[in-house]
Amino acid sequence: MSGFERHRRTGHVIATFTGFEADLLRSLASQMVELLRNERAEPAAPTADAFEAMMAEFSGATTIPEDPVLARLFPTAYPEDEEAASDFRRFTEGGLRDGKAAASGSIIDVLEEAGLPPELTEDGLVIDVELTPDEAETWMRAFTDIRLALATRLGVEAGDEHYWHSLPDDDPRAQAHDIYEWVGYLQETIVEALMS
Amino acid sequence: MGHVSAASPVEVEPTLTPDEITFLAKPWVTLVWDDPVNLMSYVSYVFQKYFGYDKAKAEKLMLEVHTEGRSVVSTGTREEMERDVQAMHEYGLWATMEKAS
Repeated sequence: MSGFERHRRTGHVIATFTGFEADLLRSLASQMVELLRNERAEPAAPTADAFEAMMAEFSGATTIPEDPVLARLFPTAYPEDEEAASDFRRFTEGGLRDGKAAASGSIIDVLEEAGLPPELTEDGLVIDVELTPDEAETWMRAFTDIRLALATRLGVEAGDEHYWHSLPDDDPRAQAHDIYEWVGYLQETIVEALMS
Repeated sequence: MGHVSAASPVEVEPTLTPDEITFLAKPWVTLVWDDPVNLMSYVSYVFQKYFGYDKAKAEKLMLEVHTEGRSVVSTGTREEMERDVQAMHEYGLWATMEKAS
């Protein structure tokens, strides 16, 4: 397993993945896209105020998403002012969702352009990825979202590494945590490559 | 009777938009909160890239988030802080805003 590095001559950020790793990244990115696109927050509850109802229908969500992952990805901007928080959400959440879905989508597109087939069948497949600095930053943001999603589902807390490493290898949560750490490693190497 | 000269008219042509005139009201601040997920190197990168802070300032703010649980990362008008909070959410950082205390 190796992470990203900066190509000295072109300044691009490059990495080589096995077919399995590329397929795993695509799967994670696809799940993010699905979560962001399909679980549109419900419009605000029916209200007697016709204007408010119309606003809810024609614009974005105004209440914190029920899914804890989405609640973490779209935090409340004004913790002590519900009305301002709703307005902020109405005007920002849709755009933020689209941007995050597009960022994860770019992982899928780049991997497939680099030769990842729709179904991984052959052994020994190697996927070389070459990203411009802008693309690398997009991947870095998508990796953040994927890690936040995994950590929220798993219930990761500060300083709990020992707990995760004490789980048996065949525990699905241990495996998910290994993936979480791997994406963290990839992200760290992108940050280093972009800073160098 | 003395002659009273007309007061010269005071021109009010501010180059600032009303929203940028903040000296009458308290400014707003953007806070970034600690979370167990985001990497320290990444948070420092975001502060450098988005706010244009130098490495030393970005690291100082990042460490403040890490050790104190939160840090004020920018100050300005309400509109500016809404932009900053939105940008932090784009980067996956947990950011909120409030009136400076």
